[in-house]
Amino acid sequence: MRGLLRHAAYLPHARLQREEISSVLGLASLRGSRSVASYDEDATTLAVEAGRLTLRGSDIQPTRVYFATSVPPYLDKTNASVVHAALGLDRSALAVDMGGAPRSAVGAVLAGADASVETLVLLSDLRTGLPGSSDEREGGDAAAALLFGAGTAQTPVLATIVASASTTDEFLERWRLPGDRASRIWEERFSEHVFSRLADEAFAAALKAADLTPAQVDHLVVAGLAGRSVQQFRKSSGVRPEAIAPDHSSVIGNSGAAQVGLLLSDVLDRANPEETIVLVHLGDGATAIVLRTTADVEGGRSPRPLAAQLAGTDVPYASFLSWRGMLDREPPRRPEPDAPAAPPTLRSSGYKYGFHGLVCGACGAVTVPPARVCYACGEVDSMAPNPLRDVPGTVATLTVDRLAYTPSPPMIAVVVDFDGGGRFRCELADASPDDVAIGSRVEMTFRCTGSSHGVHNYFWKARPLRTRLED
Amino acid sequence: MASHGICDRVAIVGMGCTTFGEHWDRGVDDLLLDAVQAASSSASLPVADVDAFWLGTYLSGVSGLTLSRPLRLTGKPVSRTENMCATGSEALRQACYAVASGAYDTAMAVGVEKLKDSGFSGLTRQSIPGDGTGGTLGTTTGPANFSLLAPAYAERYGVSMEQLKEVFTRIAWKNHVNGARNPRAQFRKEVLLDTIACSPLVAGNLGIFDCSGVSDGAAAAIVVRAEDAYRYTDKPLFVKALSFVSGSASGNADPGYDFTTFPEVVASAEEAYKQAGVTDPAGQLAMAEVHDCFTVTEMVLMEDLGFVERGTAWKHALAGTFDRDGALPVNPDGGLKAFGHPVGASGLRMLFECWLQLRGEAPEERRIATADRTLALTHNLGGGPGECVSFVSLVGTEPNT
Repeated sequence: MRGLLRHAAYLPHARLQREEISSVLGLASLRGSRSVASYDEDATTLAVEAGRLTLRGSDIQPTRVYFATSVPPYLDKTNASVVHAALGLDRSALAVDMGGAPRSAVGAVLAGADASVETLVLLSDLRTGLPGSSDEREGGDAAAALLFGAGTAQTPVLATIVASASTTDEFLERWRLPGDRASRIWEERFSEHVFSRLADEAFAAALKAADLTPAQVDHLVVAGLAGRSVQQFRKSSGVRPEAIAPDHSSVIGNSGAAQVGLLLSDVLDRANPEETIVLVHLGDGATAIVLRTTADVEGGRSPRPLAAQLAGTDVPYASFLSWRGMLDREPPRRPEPDAPAAPPTLRSSGYKYGFHGLVCGACGAVTVPPARVCYACGEVDSMAPNPLRDVPGTVATLTVDRLAYTPSPPMIAVVVDFDGGGRFRCELADASPDDVAIGSRVEMTFRCTGSSHGVHNYFWKARPLRTRLED
Repeated sequence: MASHGICDRVAIVGMGCTTFGEHWDRGVDDLLLDAVQAASSSASLPVADVDAFWLGTYLSGVSGLTLSRPLRLTGKPVSRTENMCATGSEALRQACYAVASGAYDTAMAVGVEKLKDSGFSGLTRQSIPGDGTGGTLGTTTGPANFSLLAPAYAERYGVSMEQLKEVFTRIAWKNHVNGARNPRAQFRKEVLLDTIACSPLVAGNLGIFDCSGVSDGAAAAIVVRAEDAYRYTDKPLFVKALSFVSGSASGNADPGYDFTTFPEVVASAEEAYKQAGVTDPAGQLAMAEVHDCFTVTEMVLMEDLGFVERGTAWKHALAGTFDRDGALPVNPDGGLKAFGHPVGASGLRMLFECWLQLRGEAPEERRIATADRTLALTHNLGGGPGECVSFVSLVGTEPNT
């Protein structure tokens, strides 16, 4: 039996209160908040975080990675290969991007579901628009990951794909030229008109293929950036009102390409065995996917459910604008950091991307960054890889650097002593100076530490350990 | 295998030191020429009669040509040396060994740095192609690296961060008091304790006044065989010890390191005392010039150099032990605090203050209270907690008996 084996959602820690936007721009009062990727997060780092949660505790190493996003950090260069490296996947795996429109996410999910090998599907997006736009306030940043395959005793199938159906139509609803910072949208009443028939047809065809009626659907997830059309379909789908899954948009906004996976993971964290879940996605057509949970669904909850990530820390609107490149701030009077050079980056790939330390075969000391000579016993070349990315640690000492080159001053730096050995000095993400002291507990997180000369510098930082990870 | 030192085998017979500061109108060539000429005339030794040169500069030039070109030296060996913030001391070390070996009769150590031409705040780093991870030192700046000491020290010795801030303020105040009496210093004004304590934070609890300045400067020293010393001056400084430790950089990898000390400094100090036969540094030294890149550094160095017991430097600093009229004057010239830190020049600038004080040439208002003693120490450090290079020298006016 093949199907969905693991799932996880990743929400960045920052929230922007919409009231902040209205008060700064002098707009009518707005309610709710949206999730905000930090200045050091992009679609790739979000996908890594979701991927880590998904593979945690699993014995399956995917041999295929599909990465869908509407905001790929690189073009011409595969972003999925960064995720592949950060997750420490085997060299024999294929990792590819599915870029462009948020609808690529649905394609990635179906490709993963249809694949004959273990496949990790990563959906990630950062959504914003010009200041004051509805895209800006109603967007959200998030990632989700879904692992498909045949399953093992340790990683059993949680849900099977029963049926799917799609419709496609070419019409001008939402579009963005390469390089543009914001999307353009046609009048919503027009798209509502077009989407309603596309969604109805896809939904009906999928239910028919699964031999189900709307009343038999236990969970209906409706995703898509066309807000009015999504709302309209929720009301008219014919499923029981209590079956309609919440979209959390009043807290986290709409995460575009990530939304369908994010909401599916949220449902799977609550669903009972033998229930029917239908995913409907609207965008340049419509797709409906019918899933059926297995008896193992309760044992396969994500290690950090979406519900546990909803709480965040508010950021000022000005920070949000500068993080998204909408507000250019004066850089510090310090030299711009050098871009990573290709050959040393390749040589240190296991460390830089996979955060591998080394453990000494002679004395057991853990060394990070990797070095051939053990600091503790001096033994040469007796080291074995020792991944530290999922090991929590404790702050030994710390500082707040107000001079460092960072898009979001001040930089907080910590010295982390990992549980079980190893020390590492790095930046602390998602925190203010008041959040950390000697003895604070932290975990590692994959970030883009900066971009210079057209190269994104990906590396690991620590962040406060706020919610426990379930193993 | 053993380290033997070259106690009393060479002596310093001439020194020169430019004013330190923002030399917008003087380039590296000007500073070098001025320091070299001052050293040459203080020893009455023409530059053309110096047999070999060691030039210390961190980022202001490459190769011996940086010195031989502006001086129009002909047929002379000149080496450019670099050892981070201890670069000036490294030049001295090479010059001393060259003379001690018998290879040359006379050698000159020169240090120079022109920091103000970059337009940046603080020190910059050399650009070496890398993987973008920052290595073990991470991506933090110098003040942040050293500020890691403060919370760790507070935690270990049960001192509050507020008390430590008072200590740091006292150290900065003392060095500015000294610098105010030094015509070569970059900052020649006393600073009120309140002004220091309330200065804007740079990193951790270090404010602007806890950090050394950014300046340009140069200094030079002439080294000859000890037996030739009195040919050049009545008051030579005999080199008692030169020690250098480049750390294994394990502090940022080893959870056993607690960020309250520089083990490299401890090791280099012990080695220097051994070379010179010093058994009680606090009682034997007339003064010390130490690497007060940040006030917290000076506090920790007082323990690492063996001047006071572990966990007590903060009390001694508050009590005035290291004031110019204290039991052991530290940085009587004003230190990096009042001079700024033109990297290649600092180590030789420290030696220059020993040169003045031990020979009784410091101006009256800057004289140390311990002038009856004959030994002085310089300490120069590069890197930061967990990963550094440390240099210690001891010089004295009398040969050991």
